[in-house]
Amino acid sequence: MSVLKMTASTLAAVSFCATAAAARDQVQIAGSSTVLPYASIVAEAFGENFDFPTPVVESGGSSAGLKRFCEGLGENTIDIANSSRKIREKEIKACAANGVSDIIEVRIGYDGIVFASDIDGNSFEFTPVQWYKAISRQVVVDGALVDNPYTLWSDVDAALPAQPIQAYVPGTKHGTREVFEDKVILAGCEETGDFDVYKAANGGDKKAAEKACIELRTDGKSVDIDGDYTETLARIDSNKDGIGVFGLAFYENNTDKLQVATMSGIVPTTDSIATGEYPVSRPLFFYVKKAHIGVVPGLKEFAEFFVADEIAGPDGPLAEYGLVADPDLSGTQNTVADEVTMDGNS
Amino acid sequence: MSDATQNPGQSAGNPIGRAGSLLTKNARTRRRNAAEKRFRLYGLTAIGIGLLMLIVLVTTIVGNGTGAFQQTFVTLKVDLLEAKLDKKGTRDIEAIKKVSTFGYAPLINGALQTYVTEHGIQTDLKPKAMGAILSKDTAAQLRDYVLENTDKIGQTLEFTFLANSRVDGYLKGRVTRDSIANDKNISAEQLDLVDAMIANGAIDKTFNLDFILGGDASDQRPEAAGIGVSMVGSMYMMLVVLALSLPIGVAASIYLEEFAPKNWLTDVIEVNISNLAAVPSIVFGILGLAVFINTMHLPMSAPLVGGMVLTLMTLPTIIISTRASLKAVPPSIRDAALGVGASKMQSVFHHVLPLAAPGILTGTIIGLAQALGETAPLLLIGMVGFVASNAPDSIVDGLMSPNSAMPAQIYEWAKRADPAFYERAWGGIIILLVFLVAMNTIAVILRRRFERRW
Repeated sequence: MSVLKMTASTLAAVSFCATAAAARDQVQIAGSSTVLPYASIVAEAFGENFDFPTPVVESGGSSAGLKRFCEGLGENTIDIANSSRKIREKEIKACAANGVSDIIEVRIGYDGIVFASDIDGNSFEFTPVQWYKAISRQVVVDGALVDNPYTLWSDVDAALPAQPIQAYVPGTKHGTREVFEDKVILAGCEETGDFDVYKAANGGDKKAAEKACIELRTDGKSVDIDGDYTETLARIDSNKDGIGVFGLAFYENNTDKLQVATMSGIVPTTDSIATGEYPVSRPLFFYVKKAHIGVVPGLKEFAEFFVADEIAGPDGPLAEYGLVADPDLSGTQNTVADEVTMDGNS
Repeated sequence: MSDATQNPGQSAGNPIGRAGSLLTKNARTRRRNAAEKRFRLYGLTAIGIGLLMLIVLVTTIVGNGTGAFQQTFVTLKVDLLEAKLDKKGTRDIEAIKKVSTFGYAPLINGALQTYVTEHGIQTDLKPKAMGAILSKDTAAQLRDYVLENTDKIGQTLEFTFLANSRVDGYLKGRVTRDSIANDKNISAEQLDLVDAMIANGAIDKTFNLDFILGGDASDQRPEAAGIGVSMVGSMYMMLVVLALSLPIGVAASIYLEEFAPKNWLTDVIEVNISNLAAVPSIVFGILGLAVFINTMHLPMSAPLVGGMVLTLMTLPTIIISTRASLKAVPPSIRDAALGVGASKMQSVFHHVLPLAAPGILTGTIIGLAQALGETAPLLLIGMVGFVASNAPDSIVDGLMSPNSAMPAQIYEWAKRADPAFYERAWGGIIILLVFLVAMNTIAVILRRRFERRW
């Protein structure tokens, strides 16, 4: 009896005090770990310059963030989801099913994906074709599909150094993976013409061919990293032959340990990404629940502050940290100011 | 006798069988002695390996972490220009608030430029590049000061600012002129300026209290990050754990130990409590997310929820240790109390419980120490990230508003890009370990002082 009574009364007391004080007064954000540094820089500056409390920014990956974003409306759900990729149709539907129908999409800028290796090792000049050949599960040799036979980078292309293939690529829960598959592996697959072989093997099905293209080898030469870039860096630190996939900002903070490889002859810098010369880049987004504007104090102000010229512009702190400023920032500013949702209503 | 028959060589060499002299060691004795020596050696090696690990661990932690307690500061005279901060000169706080931190940056860059000309330092750097040797936190610090002391606008005052993490790393030896070759955040000219300022005494490395008391900072200013706010978060969580798990745990164990009938039901409960103690903590995190946040609609990232999740984890530990210490109280005490007419409840609360209290407290403190170091369940309820930035201003706020915990903060720092955060993660580990050692010491002292043996 005493146990039951005590538990019941404590739980009752706890839940009472919880409901009494539940009114949330700060913006809550979750999602992509690539956007996290940018979001926390903005959150910090927002807390300093406004009378609102500093927003809370959690990480966890784009997909996890969007999933939480779509859980519903109300104070227990997040207001903003950070994403390093565009929201998917499936996710929009899941959102709508839970009552989150008005979503404002905000593009904050572009992020470059770079390939870097240990600073004291060989330097690399990559092309998408080489990456595809090096880490795809199957490649076409002499017109037939075979399991990837390459063990050295020089096997893939004689121009590359004779270093064992060891790639550390972002795991599938990262938005970075999608860009990597799309702009490097798939691009390489199409360029070599292997795409057509896959297409023929799948009876002309384009979707299946694409899927087959981006399937990576599983013999340990390509390792999925589900953690953060720090984990990739630690892997390269312990295996000097490793080549990792990083965000530009992360590389720029660790130039004493890493050297960056060129892609199709272009060195990744904020400039070469802004002009579109460097091929592997992707836009970064955050998604705002329109229904929360006016309910959660400071939400709209935060969204506007995020894309303001002094923050997200080419001379702002975000660009300084490694974000490539969006040339169409004023368009984004209008979207936020007018609260234009993804279906075009304002 | 069977030994002797198994060792024919021995009995042959010793005609009087086993009754040989104790002073002469036969082969069997030598073998047994050697086995014992070997075993002792194994034991010593085991202890040696353990000690070695401990030494490696402690030296790594101390070696990597002590740097976090020191920070590089820059002392500068800043002219708080009225024309920039309060254009109309009305000292209206709202008007002054309109000047954002971006408006303060030129003042600081200007102050550096003045310093350079005054001390005759040769440099080709532009004011903005000079300003880069200071922390990004500087403008916020100056703005906070001006908002609090509006009467100081127009004066020239001396401030102590944080230096940029790269400059800090340069003074600590983490950043060298070789390692910055490709670094776009700092250049050799900036390090020349830093060297000149060190020579003039404007840059100095001192103890940094803000690391222990301050809140988290964003990725751009690792030099301003502190563990203080998450320490407060941990403290509130421990309060919740203590307030919930001690009464529930003790009540449950007293009932199970003293009152409950011994049948299959109590056996099932007992087995399940022991099993719960071995459940991985992440499971409790998922449970907490599902029950406390999704069903009971408690807020995300709140220390209250964190505390409740950790309570689930700590309860089995407390129940097991409480039951053990209740069991250790001799039945004669209970019998004597009952014999002089005490009720069952009186015998428990007046006699058994006080005698078991040291054991219960020890168990509770060890349970709390375990909960203090737990990160995994906090991942799921939103306590990891850029969370611990505002110190709570009331108890309700402390329980309800988003905060982090020390281990979660350490985890967060360890995964950030700037290497300066890495040092802070190690520093955080030192502070966390100090807490854990202190708690365990208290547990040992309590046990030594109050434990009774029968």
